Amino acid sequence: MSAVAVRGLSIGWGDETLIEDITFDVAAGEIFAILGGSGSGKSTLLRYLVGLEQPTKGEIDVAGAGPPDLDRGMPPFGVMFQEGALFGAMTVLENTALPLERWSGLGPQDINVIARSKLQLVELEAAADKLPAELSGGMTKRVSIARAIALDPKIVFLDEPQAGLDPVTAAELDDLIVTLARMTQLTVVMVTHELSSILRIVDRCLMLDKESGRVLAIGDPRELRESDDPRVHDFFNPGLKGKDHSWRPPRTM
Amino acid sequence: MQCATHPGVGTQDSTARWRLEPSEGGVRITGRLRTKDGAAFVAAVRSATRDAGEVVVDLGALEEIDGGVIALLRADFKARRVHARLLCGDRFRPLLELYRDPRPARSQVRCPEPVLCHVGRAVVEDTGELRDALGFVGEMTVAGRRFLRRPRLGNWGEIPPLIERAGADALPIVVVLNFLLGFVMAYMSAHELASFGANVYVADLVAIAMTRQLGPLMTAILVSGRSGASFATELGSMRIAHELDALRTLGLEPYNWLVTPRVLSLVLVVPLLTIVADVVGMLGGLLVAVTSLDVTARQYIAEIRATLGFWDVTSGLIMSVAFGLVIGLIACREGFAASGGPQGVGRRTTATVVSSLFMIVLLDAAFTILFRVFGVS
Repeated sequence: MSAVAVRGLSIGWGDETLIEDITFDVAAGEIFAILGGSGSGKSTLLRYLVGLEQPTKGEIDVAGAGPPDLDRGMPPFGVMFQEGALFGAMTVLENTALPLERWSGLGPQDINVIARSKLQLVELEAAADKLPAELSGGMTKRVSIARAIALDPKIVFLDEPQAGLDPVTAAELDDLIVTLARMTQLTVVMVTHELSSILRIVDRCLMLDKESGRVLAIGDPRELRESDDPRVHDFFNPGLKGKDHSWRPPRTM
Repeated sequence: MQCATHPGVGTQDSTARWRLEPSEGGVRITGRLRTKDGAAFVAAVRSATRDAGEVVVDLGALEEIDGGVIALLRADFKARRVHARLLCGDRFRPLLELYRDPRPARSQVRCPEPVLCHVGRAVVEDTGELRDALGFVGEMTVAGRRFLRRPRLGNWGEIPPLIERAGADALPIVVVLNFLLGFVMAYMSAHELASFGANVYVADLVAIAMTRQLGPLMTAILVSGRSGASFATELGSMRIAHELDALRTLGLEPYNWLVTPRVLSLVLVVPLLTIVADVVGMLGGLLVAVTSLDVTARQYIAEIRATLGFWDVTSGLIMSVAFGLVIGLIACREGFAASGGPQGVGRRTTATVVSSLFMIVLLDAAFTILFRVFGVS
């Protein structure tokens, strides 16, 4: 059974449809990426997948529990938002423990142990008592991931995890995502346009196209890189498109 | 050793069920272990292996186990100083490896800070605030000088919409509140004045109180809560969204571009609103005079004209200019100092209103003494 199954979904804002007829499956344990240019609806699709938007056309099934319904109880997935969305008044540990306090039914001592274990996984146990305002961008994202996996969900949705990070920090975050996915059979669905991350860690990806309002391609990013479709090819092989950029100002010395 | 079957409870998975049974040198677990079962499971293992110094926990037959349960189990063995061997198939080996060294629970209770520390921290923070405020005044002075040298570079276009926001949009609330203020003041004094046959002096009371003190004061309080808070929030949000940095990189001076128009708009608007406040406050008094004190409108107005002097109105307007200046500067300074996300903006907005009110009352007292010393009121 697929961890995430989408059939004939249309997404958009208000009456405006952005992308139509989105159909794809994400297998359990897979690292799946949603790609596309700016404004192509990547983050919007993610909002539909996590139940923040309700589809008017098409079907979504997440974790075999049908369409995501955030009013129904504990969601069977974790979510990391682009800016981390940590609660500023809570420490890192309190942020991580929050879902456990809400849903696990465990006592404070047990919650403390589990929350610390999650912070240990993201290598931020030393920052447990810090406030989010004291963290760097990369640390904020790591804490956000720790909070997303606090209840050991089978699926996590990540919104542009590498955005705004330097290449080294982004690579460390990639390693963390791969470790979690491979060692806990976690299904990862992420929105990204960081090409290096896509080629390094993503198993399969879905590419949205704003111009046609359709899904442009689905598949292994390493194979899509060789695609004959110029739009897919250009995305994976960004270049200067034949323009002459060889001119340099003359040296004065 | 006992054998126990535990149905899963909770919302995550209603089919969760696990079973613990004795095995050679320890226990053997079957079924599914989710995070929510962690406490009950660890308690069952502890009970089954109470006196053992070395325990073998066979997890090989489990269908599913969450990382949280492994963390709890390992933390418990560590706390009891029991040497435990967790056996499992290849399936859970990575998970056991990930949670091989959980930290014990640590108290999250924060001890109350000693009073001396609290005082020291407050002094350090307030000193920093004072230094930053002085820095702001210095920056504003430099920017102001630059502005006076090259006034055409100022952001003049933003002043009319700001005047509309801070002035015209605030007019209804200023009118209603000051009318009620004049009405209540006259109404409260009507009985006493009538008992002395001094009905017409209600006009003196309301007119002098409104023009010298209550008109400027009430208007400034409304403007600080309305426009001051709004300016601080606006500039604070711009600051945390790095818009101020963007302005700088575009070669625009944030002090002249953002602060000067806001301060100027309040310096213009507060006196104008004060004039309106004075007039409607006197109208509120007129209503009481006509309906409760048998004073005609003509008598009421004639008494005001005879009583009110140039300095009664002017002193109130001078104060209102100072109030506008202070509200604008405090709001912009607090907005510029915002940090730490939306919460930081909220803190600065609150600080704007509190500091503005404090400064308004302080200035009011200072001006009252000053006017008395110079004999202008």
